[in-house]
Amino acid sequence: MKIAVCIKRTPDSESRFKIAASGAAIDETGLKFDVDDFAGYAVEAALQINEKSGGGETVVVALGPDNVQESLRKAMSMGADRAVHLKADAVPADGVAVAKALAEELKTGGYDLVLFGKHAFDTSAGVVGTAVAEFLNIPCVTAASELSVANGQGTARRELEGAAEMVSFPLPAVVTIDEGVARPRYPSLKGIMAAKKKPLESRAASLGVSRVTVQKMELPPERPAGRIIGEGVAAIPELVKALQNEAKVL
Amino acid sequence: MANVLVFAEARGGELRKIAFEAVTAARALADASGGGEVHALVAGAPGIAAKASQLGTYGADVVLVAESPDFEKFARESIAATIAERAKSGGYRAVILGFSAQGRDLGPRVAAKLDAPIATDVTSIEVSGESLVVKHPGYANKVTATLVITGAPVVVSVRPSAITAKESAKAARVETITPVAASGPVITVTEVKEGAKGRPDLGEASIIISGGRGLKAAENFKLVEDLADAFGNAAVGATRAVTDDGWRPHSDQIGQTGRQVSPQLYVAVGISGAIQHLAGMRTSKTIVAINKD
Repeated sequence: MKIAVCIKRTPDSESRFKIAASGAAIDETGLKFDVDDFAGYAVEAALQINEKSGGGETVVVALGPDNVQESLRKAMSMGADRAVHLKADAVPADGVAVAKALAEELKTGGYDLVLFGKHAFDTSAGVVGTAVAEFLNIPCVTAASELSVANGQGTARRELEGAAEMVSFPLPAVVTIDEGVARPRYPSLKGIMAAKKKPLESRAASLGVSRVTVQKMELPPERPAGRIIGEGVAAIPELVKALQNEAKVL
Repeated sequence: MANVLVFAEARGGELRKIAFEAVTAARALADASGGGEVHALVAGAPGIAAKASQLGTYGADVVLVAESPDFEKFARESIAATIAERAKSGGYRAVILGFSAQGRDLGPRVAAKLDAPIATDVTSIEVSGESLVVKHPGYANKVTATLVITGAPVVVSVRPSAITAKESAKAARVETITPVAASGPVITVTEVKEGAKGRPDLGEASIIISGGRGLKAAENFKLVEDLADAFGNAAVGATRAVTDDGWRPHSDQIGQTGRQVSPQLYVAVGISGAIQHLAGMRTSKTIVAINKD
């Protein structure tokens, strides 16, 4: 099957973040960047689908400045066959504009399946994949926690609040991948060497004006320090009193 | 003056808490925009119209009801098309949804259909001239972004429990509208697996009791269940370590890659407080930790 996986480069989610001097971005000094966690699951899912069927092609696509090529090489070291880099000075905060640029690239690719992470760690917005499906006018399954495809049909599981739904859908389709579908593999040394020679095309992204701008970024206020109420059963009366009188939650 | 369209979510024949929160947000936005009307759109299985007038209590001037048997199983393509069609026809300043499982699926569909900018999972909305200024926690709640979003309309989804539903009685006029069919191929829901009955959803609960690996064994999770029962109407959550070990279903996971919750009271039982877990519950109002250390 011909599968496209759209990936994003984001900072390590376990980092401690600081705000840049501009006040409208994070300070990237010292941060480690890699393929976004959910996008990594999507790459792995695509590789497994094509390995199982014993053929096909996995193409990774990323929009952004030149540094996204590192992420594309990483995905190719995992096993993706080739990469497309849509050049832009930055990834705009307008997810619909990003989706339009990606859809423009994907529409002529003849893909059976287009995968995304369910959202990217940095913006945590979850817009682009679904909007791409709209622009391509193909079905979209969001936040799939299980996925299988065969014979032009897909099935997936989605977690809802307090329930789960099983869905089936015709291909071509867009699926955004939640955790649970596949643990991304580590690239092998052979994979890393091979990735250096795999094709990576780079061309300008057709981005319009961003209608969403970041005015400010700030760290959430620190929580006031906690206090130790006591130990064991003896602590319960005071805890209940504190919840009733101070926190007023009981 | 500009009107605001709001999607008021229903499931299982009832309006959900997020519907009242979204209508509250829409009311505040309409008032801040010079006193426009709030039009709440409800999509549900036949019979949902009987519930529609409740939305007046939270400030809806008009409730638009689209009924279809397909909406029972969340026919998302048709619901999105119905919202978008209405948004196009009405000259709305904004389309508001909740950032629930339904709303996070519908929002980007509606925005793309309207070619409108969207901000998702926001915790506040303010008006600034022709733009809206919203706060959105990103980086797994570790950084809060203030976004300026400009367009007519714009699409905004509000984080569950971030905006408290507030009464603002309007005598809502209920109108029936015709569902709009999907424009392309659709997905089919083959089965809905209901979770444990009788407990509120993690996103909606005001009290959450959560267990971690400190409980030592799956069977000890009964203690967490018992505590939740003792509170009457508490939800039960878990850490990733616990769901990875299969003590609890994946859907119970709270944290960076699981659910993000903001209850009034969060009781952490045997949870060390890894940064990934904190990312999912740090916005809780009061946190009680029961732990060895």
